[in-house]
Parts: sequence; structure tokens; C-alpha cells
Amino acid sequence: MEATKIQLPADFETYGEARRAGFLRMKALKEQGARVVGLFCSFVPTELVYAAGALPVGLCAFTDEPIPAAEANLPRNLCPLIKASYGFALTDTCPYFYFSDFVVGETTCDGKKKMFELLHEIKDTYVMQLPHSRDASALAFWRNEIISFQKKLEEFYGITITEEDIRSAIRRKNRERDVMRRYLELGKLDPAPMSGYEMGTRIDAGSFSFDLEERCDGVEQRIAEVLAQWEARPDKTPSHRPRLLVTGCPNAGVREKIIRAVEELGADVVAFDTCNGIREKVEPVDASNPDVYDALARKYLSINCSVMSPNESRRDYIGQMIDDYKVDGVIEIVLQSCHTYDVEAFFIRRFVTQEKGLPYLNIETDYSQSDKGQINTRLAAFLETIDK
Amino acid sequence: MSYFTGIDIGSTASKVVVLGEAGMEDHFVLPTGWSSKETAREIAARLAANGYPVEHSLRVVATGYGRVAVDYAHKTVTEITCHGRGGFHLLGRSCTIVDIGGQDTKVISVENGMPTSFLMNDKCSAGTGKFLEIMANRLGVDLPELFTLAEAGTPLAISSMCTVFAESEVISHIGAGERREDIAAGVVDSVVGKVAGLCARHTITGEVLLTGGLCDSPYLVDRLAQTLRQPVHTHPLGRYAGALGAALIAKGTKK
Repeated sequence: MEATKIQLPADFETYGEARRAGFLRMKALKEQGARVVGLFCSFVPTELVYAAGALPVGLCAFTDEPIPAAEANLPRNLCPLIKASYGFALTDTCPYFYFSDFVVGETTCDGKKKMFELLHEIKDTYVMQLPHSRDASALAFWRNEIISFQKKLEEFYGITITEEDIRSAIRRKNRERDVMRRYLELGKLDPAPMSGYEMGTRIDAGSFSFDLEERCDGVEQRIAEVLAQWEARPDKTPSHRPRLLVTGCPNAGVREKIIRAVEELGADVVAFDTCNGIREKVEPVDASNPDVYDALARKYLSINCSVMSPNESRRDYIGQMIDDYKVDGVIEIVLQSCHTYDVEAFFIRRFVTQEKGLPYLNIETDYSQSDKGQINTRLAAFLETIDK
Repeated sequence: MSYFTGIDIGSTASKVVVLGEAGMEDHFVLPTGWSSKETAREIAARLAANGYPVEHSLRVVATGYGRVAVDYAHKTVTEITCHGRGGFHLLGRSCTIVDIGGQDTKVISVENGMPTSFLMNDKCSAGTGKFLEIMANRLGVDLPELFTLAEAGTPLAISSMCTVFAESEVISHIGAGERREDIAAGVVDSVVGKVAGLCARHTITGEVLLTGGLCDSPYLVDRLAQTLRQPVHTHPLGRYAGALGAALIAKGTKK
């Protein structure tokens, strides 16, 4: 890679303290020679990024601040996550996008797929073509896409990635999945040992702590603390607070007005079937598979996102979680204009209410605060329907 | 004398029900002003004048969007649960309750006295009482007059789902010299269509009971029944369903 001068954005001095700190931290990393690859989605095999000696950083955005800027170029009735992510890129206000060497997109949903074309005008955006089914030809196609992504990394950085580099990255990532899964599975305890708000916040914050091992150690330590606190409780009778499962779209952008709000109203969010929840963590990459690319392709193609069609396995998986976490009700969060989750909600509602006999609440929302009051009333009414 | 009080502070009207051991002892409605707190105080004064001071009420339950403003309430419960409980009490059997409120519309399934699921309209005043108010205002009439006009009209299409755009449509109809009766009929049909759409998304089970202030309009009830293709029940106390539900919860009776 050609050595370029590492500079801060022109408006840097006007940024708030937290944002300036983020920029300075990223700048320092880059000055130490760090390779940084920006990405959006859990379908992208970060094993290859680690194998290239680079750091993967998440670029999905969760605040409405850059949305007006994004709407200059994108339609208003688009998913807030897509608009916000593009808006941050456009306005030079996200340190992670700004200091990414290049960006990896994927053809998950139509909104993102087309947004990446606009994003490419700002920064080199490499798009992985994700097939939307899981049959043999899709698997072969996706395996090929993974190999092409490896070539992109090798060419971009002028390096060679060996099989051992990939295997080592698989081991490191599998350990991370295992730690995060064990952390999220603490939600199975009754009474709930911590808030769902904490779980979601900690998982998301983790993706910005770049030392993978340090991140895992931090979460391991938290697991031990939470368990010790729980064991020390004088009273372990199961709680009367309704235990909720949250499913659907990424929820970090609406965590305050839904997750925190429902917990303040007297429920415990104990399980997350979301991409910042346990969805990507359940299945490790099969390290014993002699073909590393096949192992990666199988793992990532099995992610239960609604972009896949059909996606019945998501229902099986939610059913299993309802039993394992002793769930009393399900809240599905659909971000505005997310067609795949919005349509698939039909099956989830039917499955939850008819097959599992539990109350189900669907909330369609965006990153604005305008529906906060209405959402609060719905959440309160939903809890009132749970007889516990 | 022991009694229980239910207060439903809606966006447009506030409803109050007093339940005694034998049944309903008092009920009244007053407009919600600009301040829910002020309205809550007015309600307390009115209750005292009627011989049911809140200090002597065994329990006061508040509901509706202004429920938090009732600082003398022992408990607040959402309007969804209260409408469900009150509506069930009025009809006397499991049903689907449709409540067209001032600022939102709800469809609530009630089984054995308890609301089991519900759907509310999304961030939009189309399909609510507010929509009718705005359109009536545009036509220079009040709500009862709007329904009288509508009854004598042939509905004109008002196709926009958005209140602001629908108002422009009404203005163009006025500009084009259309009959007020036909425009009024179009306005009512637009609300009915939106409410029926919400019902379709929720999947109605069993009989339908319409609650909220608009259940007093036979024309609207009739249009809703035609659109839903099933009878729509009403009750003389339909607008008090939320307050009644709150009073029932105050009394602690489930059925």
C-alpha cells in the first residue's frame, strides 16, 4: 500500500469531545501502521480480515444525526441504519469510516446494496455478492466470493494470506463467539442476572475495542462477576417480571426508546435474536473442516437473517430460545422500510402466538424520538397482556 | 359508601366513571384542555361536587394519554387494557374492540375479559377522530353536522393516506364546486377505510364493539359495518369504555 499522510477531517475542531477522541484514537492506530477494514454486516467473514493482519471495524450507524445530510442523496423512505451509515461517511463524522483503508459491503438487502454504489464514490467499497439461499450451488458461489474477498485483501495490502493465517483467525474468532455466546446466555438465568440494556450495550461496544483477545478477556471477566453476583443473591425465586425476547432488525439505534423503556416499565429483556445478539454467535466455524473456505462459507450462509429465502430456520431457532430462556413474550423490532424483516414478521407473529402461545408485539420505528410516547404506551399495554 | 374511580384523559375528551358496590354511580365527560394537569384538577372538583371526592375513593385508576397528569391516582394503566376491560364489560362477551380515539386508533382482542393482543395506528392521524375534526373544520361544520351531511351524500374519493394531503384533496373538491354532502361522505369513508385496514392487519376474531366518542354516530357505525362486512356493536356508554375499564381495575374485578 502506498504510504499516505494520515490527516484529520477539515471540520475536526468543531466535533464534540467523544468524537474527537474517536478520531485521535483511530489516527494513532493508523500512525502505528494499523490496517483497518470497514464493514457493515455479520455476513462478512472477519476471519479473512484478521488473517490479513487488519482490524475489522463496524460501520453500521445508530443515530439520526447524519440522516438529514444523507437524505440529500438517498430517498427519505429508506432504512434509518442505511441512511445514517451513509450520512456519517458523507459528512466525515465517523472516525471508523474515515480511517478505513477500504470498505466491504455485501448484497444483503436492496437498500444497502444500492447505497454501496453511492458509498463507492466516497471510498473504495468492495461488495461481496451474498446469495440468498442455502443450497449446494449457493454454497459453492459463496465459497467463491470468500476466495475473491481474500484476493482483494491480498492485492490491496500487497500480502499473501496463508491457510495457516486463516486457521489461526478461525480459532481466535471462534473463541470470541464462544465468550460472547456464554455472556448472552447468562440471560437464561431466572431471575435475570443483568439488564438486556447492558447486554446489548456491551456487545456493541466490544466491536470498537480492537484487541480481540483483550475484548474476550474483558467479557470473560464480566461473566465471572455477573455469575458471582447471581450466586450470592439471597433469594433466587424466579422473578415476576416478564421475560422478553427481542428479535428483528439491529436495535442499537432504538435501544433507549424500546429496550431501556420496556425494562423501566418492569420487564427483563433476557434474549436477543438479532445480529448484535446471539444470531451470529451460535454456530462456530468448523475448524476441523479440511477446506477452510467451505468451512467459512457454511458458517456464514447459515446466519438466520431475513434476507435469506426461505428462512424457516429462524423460527426453529426463536422457538428454541423461547424454551431455553423461559420467555414470556416476544417483541419484534422492524426498522422503517426494512422489507425483509417486515414481511417475515408475518411468520414470526404466527409462530409466536399460535405455536408458542405467547404474546407478540411488533414495533416499526426509526431513529427519531417522535414516536417515543406512543411506543411507551404500546410497551406498557403489551406488558399488561402478560399475565405473570 | 365505598366507591372506585376510573379517569380516562384522552387527547380530546376526558371521561370519568364512578363504580359503587352495586354498579355505576356516576359518569361524566369534559373536554381535555391544553393542560392535562388542569383537567385532572377540574375532574377532582367535579367529583367532589357530585359527592364522590377522590380522597374518599377506595382506589383511583387513571388511563389515557394524560394518565400521568392525574397525580391523585393510585395507579395508571394504559388505555389499551382499559378499553379492553371496559368494552368487554359493556358487551358481556369476548370480542374485538375497535376504539377510534382523538389521536390514535386501536384494535384490541379481548378473551375472557382480558386483552390478549392489540394493534395501534402508526404515527399518523389518518383514521382517527383528529382527522374528522380537521376535515369538519375545513368544511365549516362541527362533528355531528359532518355526519348529517355525510348521510345525505355520495362519497367522493379521498385517496390520500396522509391527513395533510387529504386536506388538500378536500380543498380541491371544494374548489371544484363539489357538494359538501359528498365531500363529507368521502371524509367519513376515508376514516372508515383506514380503520378497516387496521382491523384487517390485526385479524378480527368474533364480534366487533366500537368504543370511543365516535360510536355515537350511527352513520359511521353503519359504514364501518358495511366495510368490515360484519355487524358492529355499540353501547350507549361506549365512549366511557376506557374510564369504565379503569374503574373496574380500581375495583379489582376481572370480569
